[in-house]
Amino acid sequence: MDLLIQIIFGLLTALIIGAAMMVVTVRNIIHAALWLIASFFGVAALYLLLEAEFIAVVQVLVYIGAISILILFAIMLTRHISGEGERLLTRHWWAAAVVALGLFGAVLLPTLAGNAWGIPLPTGPAGTPEPLSGVEELGRGFVSEFLLHFEVAGVLLTVALIGAIVIAFEERSRRRRVLTLAEEHTLNQRQKASAERAAAAADMAD
Amino acid sequence: MTRAIPLEAVLVVAAALFCIGLFGALSRRNLVGVLMGVELMLNSANINLVAFWRYLEPRFITGPTFAIFIITVAAAEAAVGLAMIIAIYRSWNTVNADSVDGLRG
Repeated sequence: MDLLIQIIFGLLTALIIGAAMMVVTVRNIIHAALWLIASFFGVAALYLLLEAEFIAVVQVLVYIGAISILILFAIMLTRHISGEGERLLTRHWWAAAVVALGLFGAVLLPTLAGNAWGIPLPTGPAGTPEPLSGVEELGRGFVSEFLLHFEVAGVLLTVALIGAIVIAFEERSRRRRVLTLAEEHTLNQRQKASAERAAAAADMAD
Repeated sequence: MTRAIPLEAVLVVAAALFCIGLFGALSRRNLVGVLMGVELMLNSANINLVAFWRYLEPRFITGPTFAIFIITVAAAEAAVGLAMIIAIYRSWNTVNADSVDGLRG
């Protein structure tokens, strides 16, 4: 049983880390988004392995169902999908790599060296289920102990919703304004001039 | 389950995921790629919270509660961030992080 769990954990780790590596290195941003979904699935399965079923379901619903779809929509709205011929990373990407690797080392050292976590030993005979708080305690916590946090999270979501609408739709509403007669006239003239310029360029090419 | 896998293994996975996300957020040129890196980092923080809850205090619900709040913040951040990316694309016609340098002195 232990060996099975360890094998599953190893496979999940490979999925999470491999998919995350693909997210940051693959060139096509659509493929990066799909690898991100794979990584989210791996994390949800890891929550299941850690016996946090509700968090796993929320992970699938919110991250895979909402955030990934939002990211895919944003990619498709911004057109430059493949980014062929463009640089993938910024100029100082090696500095970012050094920072990330250094942080990994700095976190790894105390995690593996200082082993005083104080994990409570399982009581009773082997095989008996441990007392584990679940969805019921979560719901009780939301209406008693964490009531203020719950309300603040609701306000935050409302503010984010309104802010996203205001930020994303400002330009379009300005563009939809009905033009005045003079503006339409200048717009027509500009279009005519550019068409003439294109025709002249075609003549020059001939 | 807690006997089969040591706590350190889960923490190392979370740390690796965080560092990969940090590298992506710092080095990708595409703004959507930067946002993906931030999402990976938030995910690793969630893994840590759930792992510490499971191993150290399985009777109390504080860890998953904080994970839920982090997921809420991540959803809000993704919505506002992607709206900003779309607004930037409308006015600059690019989504590359180093092309948007209107504040350069």
